[in-house]
Amino acid sequence: MSILIDENTNFIIQGITGREAVTMAKELLDYGSKLVGGVTPGRKGREVHGVPVEDTVRAFTNSQSIGASIISVPPAFAADAVNEAIEAGIKLLVVVTERIPRKQVAQFVEYAQQEEVRLIGPNCLGIISPGKSKLGGVGGALESCEQAFQPGSIGVMSRSGGMTTEIANSLSESGLGISTAISIGGDAIIGSTYAELMPLFDADPETKGIAIYSEPGGRAEYELAEYMESSGSKLPVVAFMAGRFMDEMPGMRFGHAGTIVEGKADTTSEKIAKLSDSGIAVAEKIEDIPVLLKQRIR
Amino acid sequence: MRFYEYEAKEVLKKYSIPLPKSLFVKDSDSAFNAAQNLSTDVVIKSQVLSGGRMKAGGIDFANSPEEVKEKSRIILELEINGLLPVGILIEEKKKITQEYFAAVTYDGRAKKPVIIFSDMGGIDIEEVANSHPEHLSRTHFSAARPFSPFTAKNAVAAVGVTGRELNQLSAIVTNLCNLFLERDLTLAEINPIGKLEDGSIIALDCHLDMESEARNTHSALLAEIGVPEEDNRQSRPPTQFEIDAANVDAADTRGVAGNLTEFDGNLGLIIGAGGGSLTLFDAVRAAGGKPANYCEIGGNPSVAKAANLTKLICSQPKVDKVAVMMNVVSNTRVDIVARGVIKGCIEAGFDPAEKIAIFRIPGSWEEEGFALLERYGVDYVDRSVSMHEAAQRAVEKMKGI
Repeated sequence: MSILIDENTNFIIQGITGREAVTMAKELLDYGSKLVGGVTPGRKGREVHGVPVEDTVRAFTNSQSIGASIISVPPAFAADAVNEAIEAGIKLLVVVTERIPRKQVAQFVEYAQQEEVRLIGPNCLGIISPGKSKLGGVGGALESCEQAFQPGSIGVMSRSGGMTTEIANSLSESGLGISTAISIGGDAIIGSTYAELMPLFDADPETKGIAIYSEPGGRAEYELAEYMESSGSKLPVVAFMAGRFMDEMPGMRFGHAGTIVEGKADTTSEKIAKLSDSGIAVAEKIEDIPVLLKQRIR
Repeated sequence: MRFYEYEAKEVLKKYSIPLPKSLFVKDSDSAFNAAQNLSTDVVIKSQVLSGGRMKAGGIDFANSPEEVKEKSRIILELEINGLLPVGILIEEKKKITQEYFAAVTYDGRAKKPVIIFSDMGGIDIEEVANSHPEHLSRTHFSAARPFSPFTAKNAVAAVGVTGRELNQLSAIVTNLCNLFLERDLTLAEINPIGKLEDGSIIALDCHLDMESEARNTHSALLAEIGVPEEDNRQSRPPTQFEIDAANVDAADTRGVAGNLTEFDGNLGLIIGAGGGSLTLFDAVRAAGGKPANYCEIGGNPSVAKAANLTKLICSQPKVDKVAVMMNVVSNTRVDIVARGVIKGCIEAGFDPAEKIAIFRIPGSWEEEGFALLERYGVDYVDRSVSMHEAAQRAVEKMKGI
């Protein structure tokens, strides 16, 4: 099995005629994902790599059930696009767009929660269940993607899109492979955190272990540590913490919008301590992740 | 983007939050005049984007214009955490009988804005949270609905404040929440809020952070309070190296090749992207290397952009070699970056085989990229060599210098 998506997940891309989205559409179709069309206002009647373009999300949802939507529109239009998809009844959204102001993210995340919509991102590369489907740019072109993401038993959650692939690659090389990998996004507020996705992995019989990529800033690692202590989850979790140099540089932002050391709790050293206390192994190098997982999987 | 206190107070004024009278000045003669116009007893406050001003001697008191002039001269020349003030704020000194704390920020766990309120203001709020949790309230509210003042009232009442103080403080917190939402702030903090002998309540110091992504939306406000467009308000002023890199990035909209931060080492880094750059910077340091810079490259920059960034980094006198490294890339073409860094290296007058310590970018179009690197004799590795191993190799090569 896998979580969130499988070979039957049909979906659209909002903003499909954008340069990056056109490339993504090609990669998704090559991968075998069920991309059924896309939305760009005013472009109805066109096609992108053989799939139809409509003006509205409703044009798709009026005639068929749509499982998911990828939002790949410029930041100024992103909140509206998310709202449109929620209103049309789509229950899984992958928000690729970066640089959306935090207030707008808080607004549409609240709307998504009310309507019981699962939202991944913003500022993410999406979800992949290797061999079944992917939603988003994660892994890139077919050949490179298949090399890095081989089907297997490890769930991956990462605040960095690029590091999702790097970690997956090390898991694939080690023979463990990936059940589902999720680029959860690098912003200060995201639709789905590690702790919110963990129950899905816990319920998936195919997933035998979890690898996470983490950074300074925010409290998501504390939430995960608390989940591991209170939920009775039996999955071994290995974390990699980047940005250790930032501990000495409070107030500076590197990499993602969500990475900034404002207080002691934001530092990597505090987070590593908390994760370790909850039984999560912290890897010093990427290549240590599969080694630590193999030691812990029964 | 953080505001100076004097700017932040201009913003608070627009939201009807009561403040002491104050004047922002840039030299000690103007400070003398300001003091004459304000009051006998004044506070002199260094305008610097750093906490801990009081401890560092950046805040002082005076009770005559002559004393203001004398002390202003000292504060204007006082560096705090490596920063000189942009000026000083001369403010009338008020006798305070009680201090409060109010802040609005986003809670990433609740995914909502939160009001943090305390009737123990003026001291470290983390200390209050640990030692006197009953004196601190956390009240979440919706960013999607219009702000309703009862939320502010709940926040204030939760620590046991009642009577006239409750109503005055609720009004201030309500205005602070409206300001926070309307101006796309990520932090709006007033600490302390002071109660005066006559019972009135005013904001004494404040810290406002506006989301950089939302600056364009608020350009009219920023222009009005005099924030220059190019002022990025990092915690220190940008170096020439950093400004040049930002210009390289801005000159071409394709991809990212910039966000450069200068460090004092000798190994130039061309690393990407968000998470990969953090991982690689750590890996270089863990291997004993000394980075000359942090930067980010990715999202498919043009050959020219990658070349210009490389040329800039190679041209820094302190840079002995450069390491070009990324995580396995999804949407950046390896061959384009390879072409760019070789071009930039040659344009800066160096032999790529000598200057580039290592090239580790696996991903699409890597065969074409590797063929090019081969031709120029550049040491490259594929994904079978980990990020940490590649960083180790780059650092080892530096030891020969």
